[in-house]
Amino acid sequence: MIVKAVSAIAAGIGLAALAWILVVVLGHGAAALNWEFFTAMPSPPGGTGGGLANAIVGTLLMTLLACVIGVPVGILTGVYLAEFGKGNRFATAVRFLVNVMMGIPSIIIGLFVYTILVVPAGHFSGWAGGVALALLIVPVVARTTEDMLALVPNPLRESALALGVPHWRSTLQIVFRAAKTGLLTGILLAVARVSGETAPLLFTALNSPYMPRSLSGPTGNLTVTIYNYAMSPYPNWQQTAWGASFLITIGVLALTIVSRALVREKVR
Amino acid sequence: MERRPQTRIQALAERSFHGAALACAALVLLLMVAILLELVHRSGLTLGKFGWKFLSSAAWNPVTGDFGAASSIYGTVVSTIIALVIAIPLAIVIALFLVEVAHPRISRPVGYAIELLAAIPSIIYGMWGLFVLAPVLSEHVQPFLGKLFGKIPLFTGPPMGIGMLTAGLVLALMVLPFITAVVRDIFALVPAVLKEAGYGMGATTWEVARKVTMRHGMRGMVGGIFLGLGRAIGETMAVTFVIGNDHRIAASLFASGNTISSTLANEFTEASDPAYLSALVELGLILFVITLLIQVGVQLWLKHLKLRLGAEL
Repeated sequence: MIVKAVSAIAAGIGLAALAWILVVVLGHGAAALNWEFFTAMPSPPGGTGGGLANAIVGTLLMTLLACVIGVPVGILTGVYLAEFGKGNRFATAVRFLVNVMMGIPSIIIGLFVYTILVVPAGHFSGWAGGVALALLIVPVVARTTEDMLALVPNPLRESALALGVPHWRSTLQIVFRAAKTGLLTGILLAVARVSGETAPLLFTALNSPYMPRSLSGPTGNLTVTIYNYAMSPYPNWQQTAWGASFLITIGVLALTIVSRALVREKVR
Repeated sequence: MERRPQTRIQALAERSFHGAALACAALVLLLMVAILLELVHRSGLTLGKFGWKFLSSAAWNPVTGDFGAASSIYGTVVSTIIALVIAIPLAIVIALFLVEVAHPRISRPVGYAIELLAAIPSIIYGMWGLFVLAPVLSEHVQPFLGKLFGKIPLFTGPPMGIGMLTAGLVLALMVLPFITAVVRDIFALVPAVLKEAGYGMGATTWEVARKVTMRHGMRGMVGGIFLGLGRAIGETMAVTFVIGNDHRIAASLFASGNTISSTLANEFTEASDPAYLSALVELGLILFVITLLIQVGVQLWLKHLKLRLGAEL
């Protein structure tokens, strides 16, 4: 009886924490959101109104860039592990490192990209931000791709090969089709993880109050804006930080929930 | 025999597909090596100047160029310990609730909600920690703890709300879903016949949980705990918001401090002097090596146990 009560209370603590965070973020955030928030440029400190149009565009652009780079690399890595690397040493090492790489703090990835892209270029850039996010996408997509391809039954591959279909076509057109939902899940999960990241952008994209014209300079983004605005003493900036928190939280949770629903459907 | 052009094209396509996949896999391997080499290379200045003393020196003076990692390492260790001390028992008890106590109709949505804690971005924990949790701690919890345990140096000093204790609490919440998910999976793997044998002997729920389920899953639980440890050590934004970012080693948990990652987040873009930059990169190198060792250890351990855990998080 006591065990039941104590364990139920513990679970209640976990649920209460989730509810508390969501209520606070959604409550404060909703108060900060209006049409201007999405369309206007940032207001000066201490001013009123203003929005984060630049940061929204910047975050979308860098997340897109990260997908364009990270998703193909991640999927091909997963393909290698599942289709070509059965039982060879090199694949075992890569599989191990993919798992290790998922546990490397994102700020270290930011630091690394700073040293290889920002230092040689001499300035912060949205390109560097996108690359840093891409490096976080790769291990997540690689691992889910391998898992999902492993679920595809072997007779499917064998019958394709028996018909004389080359390996690359059987992988792309038959195995991929069978694992479509799973692959999509991996990508959504990776995007969800990356779009809430702040640390890898701090030293790469930095932040900027201007609308990004290209990605070759410092690029505004929602998460670093939250950090800068929350740490500022200006109430209107803090208010805006809550609005940005609302957007990020809703976006990340929606992506996570959708990708999990897809997995559940797949398992069923 | 002369190959027909079509088969030659086929062979080329086959080879380039295999090659592209191999290249991407090799890239992962190269990246890990490149990260290590780059961090060593860029911290050369302070590596050469301070050597091993960098680890034990508590100095941090950008003006005189005297740097040491001691306060950052201390803060990382202390905040992680607080997080684990809170999160481990909570996670185990929640896992027991999900596996042993609750009806599946309740345990499934509850388990799902706990997992959602892992999806909330670090910076959101930071916002909540700074603007909501810290005031509650400074007004209610810390004065209470001070009154109760004021004789112990851990709980002395002004209740500022931000500091080591707050950072540890926020971290505990952030690693909770990871540890819970792993422990839950392990508890679910304990053969039902073992538990039934326990109940058949007249054991209570708690006795079965403690002497059968937990003992059977002990080695897997250790893996889960280290997975959480790895998370906590590298966590950046949430900690940066609430720890106070102060290079000092204080006995009190109420005092502000810093961690390796919070120092990087807080100071990196301000550092213009080469030695200052090199010291910060060396902090990053220390963090990278620590998390690498933990991750390699955990993965080897889980491989040894033939477990594949935390896949969905």
